[in-house]
Amino acid sequence: MTAHMSGAPSKPLLQVRNLQKIFPVTAGVFRKTVGEVRAVDDVTFDVHEGETLGLVGESGCGKTTTSRCILRAIEPTSGQIWFRRMHGEIVDLASMSREQLRPLRAEIQLIFQDPFGSLNPRMTLFDNVGEPLLVNGMANRNARMDRVAELLGLVGLRAEFMHRFPHAFSGGQRQRIGIARALSTNPRLVVADEPVSALDVSVQAQVLNLLLELQERLRLTFLFVAHDLSVVRHISDRVAVMYVGQLVELAPTNTLFTRPRHPYTAALMRAVPVPDPRIRVGEVTLKGEVPSPANPPSGCYFHPRCSFAQERCRQETPALREPAPGHFVRCHFADQLDLTPEAL
Amino acid sequence: MTAPLLSVRDLHVTFGLPEGVVKAVDGVSFDVLPGRVMGIVGESGCGKSVTMRAILQLVDEPGRIDKGEVLFRGGAQHAGGQDAAIIDLAKLPRHGAQMRAIRGAEIGLIPQEPMAAFSPVHTIGHQIIEAIQLHQFKWRADGGKLSKHDARDIVVDLFRDVGISMPEQRVDAYSWQMSGGLRQRAMIAMALSCKPRLLIADEPTTAIDVTTQAQVLALLRELQRKHGTAIIFITHDLGVIAQMANDVTVMYLGRVVEQGAVDTIFHAAKHPYTRALLRSIPSIAAKTRVALPTISGTLPHPFNRPTGCPYHPRCDEVIAITCSKQVPSLQPLGDGQSVSCFLYQAKTD
Repeated sequence: MTAHMSGAPSKPLLQVRNLQKIFPVTAGVFRKTVGEVRAVDDVTFDVHEGETLGLVGESGCGKTTTSRCILRAIEPTSGQIWFRRMHGEIVDLASMSREQLRPLRAEIQLIFQDPFGSLNPRMTLFDNVGEPLLVNGMANRNARMDRVAELLGLVGLRAEFMHRFPHAFSGGQRQRIGIARALSTNPRLVVADEPVSALDVSVQAQVLNLLLELQERLRLTFLFVAHDLSVVRHISDRVAVMYVGQLVELAPTNTLFTRPRHPYTAALMRAVPVPDPRIRVGEVTLKGEVPSPANPPSGCYFHPRCSFAQERCRQETPALREPAPGHFVRCHFADQLDLTPEAL
Repeated sequence: MTAPLLSVRDLHVTFGLPEGVVKAVDGVSFDVLPGRVMGIVGESGCGKSVTMRAILQLVDEPGRIDKGEVLFRGGAQHAGGQDAAIIDLAKLPRHGAQMRAIRGAEIGLIPQEPMAAFSPVHTIGHQIIEAIQLHQFKWRADGGKLSKHDARDIVVDLFRDVGISMPEQRVDAYSWQMSGGLRQRAMIAMALSCKPRLLIADEPTTAIDVTTQAQVLALLRELQRKHGTAIIFITHDLGVIAQMANDVTVMYLGRVVEQGAVDTIFHAAKHPYTRALLRSIPSIAAKTRVALPTISGTLPHPFNRPTGCPYHPRCDEVIAITCSKQVPSLQPLGDGQSVSCFLYQAKTD
């Protein structure tokens, strides 16, 4: 376990309980509901104060929908999202009205994926980064200037850049600007949705280092949504894996990568190309395609692609269990399978 | 030593823009041997895609090939024996019949975005049948006509080869009815439909998920073994290069910085850029939450190219004066490895 986790036992900052988001599938002139897409299906996890929880999965697995539900950018269908406020009050983000949510917005911020689409090209950096401050009541322009200068310094940009427009900056610099904006209101929880996937390798490393450094300095809590397992492994304290709208495994990072208990996690890890020509992966372990959340398979959603599947998997939906403390897995045979990289 | 199938020699591509001239490709040379996979790595803006478009004479206005040769060993139709004709593709007229006979038939292309590459208003089958009929000499050696019906059968077989389930039905599907992985498979089928001897794969797996990527890479490896097609594989993902390539060319700002066999590049890289690039990837086997070594600074703006070695402002082994004044050239170091860096030229002089 990493240094900053071994301190005082951290309390959960965010507790997601049985979160569900069902999108209706409509057809015809009257938009009659003909089906449903279970984008997020009974997702439960905690995010502790000061940690980074990585949320991984392939496209369509519901990781982004989950993060958007926490931000209430998407309305969850059911479930609770308990958030511990600055002064210790615990509120359910899922059931609050828009008006009630407003004062909470400063505490939960978002870093976007696309550094080119997430900044307003007609606004200078001062306006882009300073707008959340204005919205949150910092009306004094000079005070905002000072704060924006401080924020730019924090992310490694010069304060003079404040009067320039986003087009003058590279992808990595824009991502830094996006981070500065997210930090402007002193948030406690930062939801980062694929913050480095649009960046080149050398720049990606710089931004990852920046996020780690800011977390230490400002005691931030990150929910880090990404599809790149090596990036997630690098930055997270714990990792949650999603598949077809469900959380299939959650464990401390090193445990998950060295001793995964869900066959999907193991297969996902094996699919990552190793940057060493001496370790060439032979056959493909995961055949077939990800099923559609509009028409998921019976029983365990992973059974049609799972090489360990048995009759029980076809019929019975596994529940999320905790076979070892802090290690959650949704598989009937989690106790019996040896999925360590050496065994496969 | 087998003769290269494709030899790119000192290729220069520039874009004349109102703000100035952008040197997108600045003296690139490499060889692709028959049946081998050449991996081309580099970050955005290094000119890897423009190089590929230049090979196929597909550089869009205002870009143009200023200098250099793209020597391609002539195709089957003029294979008269040992010394098949060598054609300089860079000299051929862009829209000429000769170039059109090479595109698709001799050199296939798998583009990055399979969604954008297929027309959404024609079925996938229709689009591949069109290509097959256009280059039908590839299928009918006697010069006879290939009916639409026969071409359709070829497509069904190709779909089966690339692992598309229910190929008879999928031939009549539109691209938007397919998933990302299926579309990329269909794209591979199309690129292979005219039995090219060289396949250019431009970031073929960037837009798809890891598990699908693993399937597509395995498919490409298998097809390459089966047909002996040479592949130029462009990617920014070093993991993919390590898994796919036989030889690697590393590019930075339009220039080749290092070349060599894949094992040499990953285990005995010489150029400071290659080494820094390899250090900066978060490895799935590495320790968590430690700062990654980075490359200082950012990619320079295309209008603001550094003098001397293009990498010198970011290089941590820069030699004062020399690197900022002179441009290093690609020098062989033996064992097929070449590097463009003064650290190694000093020794050979």
